[in-house]
Amino acid sequence: MALTGIQIFKLLPKTNCKKCGFPTCLAFAMKLAQGGVELSACPDVSDEATASLGEASAPPIRSFALGTGDKAAKMGAETVMFRHEKKFVNPCAIAVNVKDDLSNDELTAMAEAVANSEIDRVGQNLRVEAISIECASGDSAKYEAAVKLVAEKAPDAALILNCKDAGNIEAAVKTVAARKPLIYGASDENAEAIAAIAKANSVPLVAIADGPEALSALTEKIKGFGVEDIVLDSGAKKAKDIIEQNTQIRRSALKKSFKPLGYPVLNNVIRDDSILEASIAAVAISKYASIVMVSSVEKWKNLALFTQRQNLYTDPQVPMQVEQKIYEINEPTADSPLMITTNFSLTYFIVSGEVENSKVPSRLAVMDSEGLSVLTAWAAGKFTAAKIAAFIQECGIGDKINNKELILPGQVAILSGALEDKLDGWKITVGPREANAIPTYLKGRA
Amino acid sequence: MSYVVPKESFNGKVAAVDFGKDDKALTIGGESSLPFLSFEGEQPNRPVIAYEIQDCPPDDWPDTVKDVYKDVSGDPVTWAKYCQDELNAKAIALRLVSTHPDRNDTSAEEASKTIKDVLAAINVPLIILGSNNIEKDATVLVAAAEAASGNNCVIGKAQEGNYKTIVAAALAHNHKLIAMSELDINLAKQLNILITQMGFDKAKLITDPMCSALGYGLEYTYSVMERIRLAGLAQNDQTMQPPILGDVGMYVWKVKETVAAETDVPDWGTLEERGIAWETLTATSMMLAGTNLLIMRHPKAIENAEKTIDELV
Ligand code: B12
Ligand code: SF4
Repeated sequence: MALTGIQIFKLLPKTNCKKCGFPTCLAFAMKLAQGGVELSACPDVSDEATASLGEASAPPIRSFALGTGDKAAKMGAETVMFRHEKKFVNPCAIAVNVKDDLSNDELTAMAEAVANSEIDRVGQNLRVEAISIECASGDSAKYEAAVKLVAEKAPDAALILNCKDAGNIEAAVKTVAARKPLIYGASDENAEAIAAIAKANSVPLVAIADGPEALSALTEKIKGFGVEDIVLDSGAKKAKDIIEQNTQIRRSALKKSFKPLGYPVLNNVIRDDSILEASIAAVAISKYASIVMVSSVEKWKNLALFTQRQNLYTDPQVPMQVEQKIYEINEPTADSPLMITTNFSLTYFIVSGEVENSKVPSRLAVMDSEGLSVLTAWAAGKFTAAKIAAFIQECGIGDKINNKELILPGQVAILSGALEDKLDGWKITVGPREANAIPTYLKGRA
Repeated sequence: MSYVVPKESFNGKVAAVDFGKDDKALTIGGESSLPFLSFEGEQPNRPVIAYEIQDCPPDDWPDTVKDVYKDVSGDPVTWAKYCQDELNAKAIALRLVSTHPDRNDTSAEEASKTIKDVLAAINVPLIILGSNNIEKDATVLVAAAEAASGNNCVIGKAQEGNYKTIVAAALAHNHKLIAMSELDINLAKQLNILITQMGFDKAKLITDPMCSALGYGLEYTYSVMERIRLAGLAQNDQTMQPPILGDVGMYVWKVKETVAAETDVPDWGTLEERGIAWETLTATSMMLAGTNLLIMRHPKAIENAEKTIDELV
């Protein structure tokens, strides 16, 4: 159970030496209770205190990676139930399931679809993180060959060994042990044998049981066998079971400090209809899954799921922003038009996309407006005539272009007069209100 | 350590609001726990999805969704009947787009006639929406409320700048009312208070905190809705207990993802599935955040959202 700040304080040296960076031991203890610092920040803490605090100061939801390398997907470490309270930490990984009895060509195609799934959206590289190989054949050699093939063709993807047979798992794990595959998984009947394999190969393991209660008993058992990196599958398949059980699991971990359920969750949302599958995946992504398992990775579906996940996992306090600078699009010359907008990622992404579409060489001045959209920034006083004028003058763009003309977003047409007064020698032009009118507008000027 | 189901129970409850007539009447809201969490509260009514139609051809809808209605969308009555009889719509949302000064600027009288014709042709509940022009809606929706008198419709949207006349008309003709504000929980609360201060029964109110499409501000809508729900249930804030509206279709079917051809954006995959998925996922996300009534456009998106609801209730 989590300790309160006072309980932790009693175990500290109480010298107020400040070496931890806090003015007093009590202040440090309070922060520790909230999970904001590590106990190791206090150099003088006794071994005895470390032992009794170790368990309590561990994060309520265990954190570890799915896969290896810089494309590994971190999981767990979540701290809240609702995204408006605090940013959700580690975006839910998307995993596609393939069966080992497919032909080599089919396996290769699926692995390559995963390997090539990366899309850039609002400045983030998004991808299908994992591929799950299901042992449908029941044949050890066939399974191992399929795992090997998929691993080769999707070299950066995390691997999930979807197999319940200890013998078949053991052979397959060995061939890809360096990739740290997630074993999926162990149920009450085979927990000991499969936990032994996970432990011997230092790989994580999914615990599979029917509902949170049975699951909590199983994770304790698996932990007893020496495996710490556990993923939870409560058997929920229907959307209602997913949302209810995931809620119960996260609430137990966060609100009750119930360690047996303090692990990342995997949901299988496989459906016959791909759009329905995407919809149920959205339920899992929104409501607390760390891995969502689907059956196909069409491009439209990836885009929709990546976007849904990105929306849920953005920081509610700090909008996504891009760097303030003059962006050159379609190789501009000194005669190309200059436009201005704010540094809200979404605004930049839409506007720059449309400028690109126009194929007209252009410059887009992106001004720091604390990540607010054009109108919001204007209403908040961050995108005013004075601030725009100062930015344009300081960045020195006027020296690089022949025509001192600045194109404003149509929504802030109201700024044009004041801006013309403040920016001596510049012509201010009002552009279209909506970005989708930009291509026609730019082509019309050219 | 043994597991105990971590239940949370609340004092507050979402108001149950009914609309429509006779055996086709529908009820939304009434839940006493967060969306779909039946293990700790009541979830008596499933979310309702209304088919959106409009009083003029949908020239500004992208092809994927415009083509579905190409044979019926020339006339709102035919269109409404098609949704009810062929697509099994449980409710229809008629948007009086043509009344907008920038569109056809059609008069309140013409709008009234359309409403009467549509009401005569269908028996499922009708939601009547203005063109979202503050001044024009103030007269059009008043006439609409009168034209639909006795049909227990949902009328909207009343906003800060025009709520007075619309509220009075909804009150006089016994309709349910949508109160809309722009993505701010305090604005939503304030508008609900202003409206009930006019003597409008809070049990007849539906709140629209403004929808947004997947990828285009969805996270703001999602969190505002979650916070409204929490305020209504956990804090028992009476002003935050009306059911929530998600006006999904109109926000979805204009973003690039539902419009751009695959040839222009090969990385985004096929356009038709992309558009349908975009509307479906936006709707699903809204429902998870607390939406009780959704307005949508594409039959396949509605079908998938209904299947999702089937799994959630
Ligand atoms: C989401 C939102 C917020 C979010 C912030 C999101 C963000 N990161 O900016 C939050 C909730 C924090 C917020 C806060 C506020 N908001 Co606000 N917000 C909105 C909302 C709903 C959407 C804004 C958005 O994201 N648009 C999408 C982006 C992509 O649009 P955009 O940047 O304008 O870009 C488009 C065009 O301008 C054009 N474009 C952009 N750049 C360029 C450049 C050129 C050259 C061209 C040609 C075109 C072009 O292309 C884009 C796509 O078409 C709008 C309402 C609405 N429906 O617009 C209100 C709105 C902008 N907010 C408003 C207000 C008043 C505020 C607040 C001051 C108070 C409040 N009501 O909450 C605060 C201020 C914040 C602060 N820090 O002080 C008002 C502004 C009213 C006005 N006309 O003055 C609006 C219009 C709502 C309203 N009617 O009340 N808001
Ligand atoms: S470093 Fe340790 S002993 Fe020193 S003030 Fe911090 S908690 Fe107290």
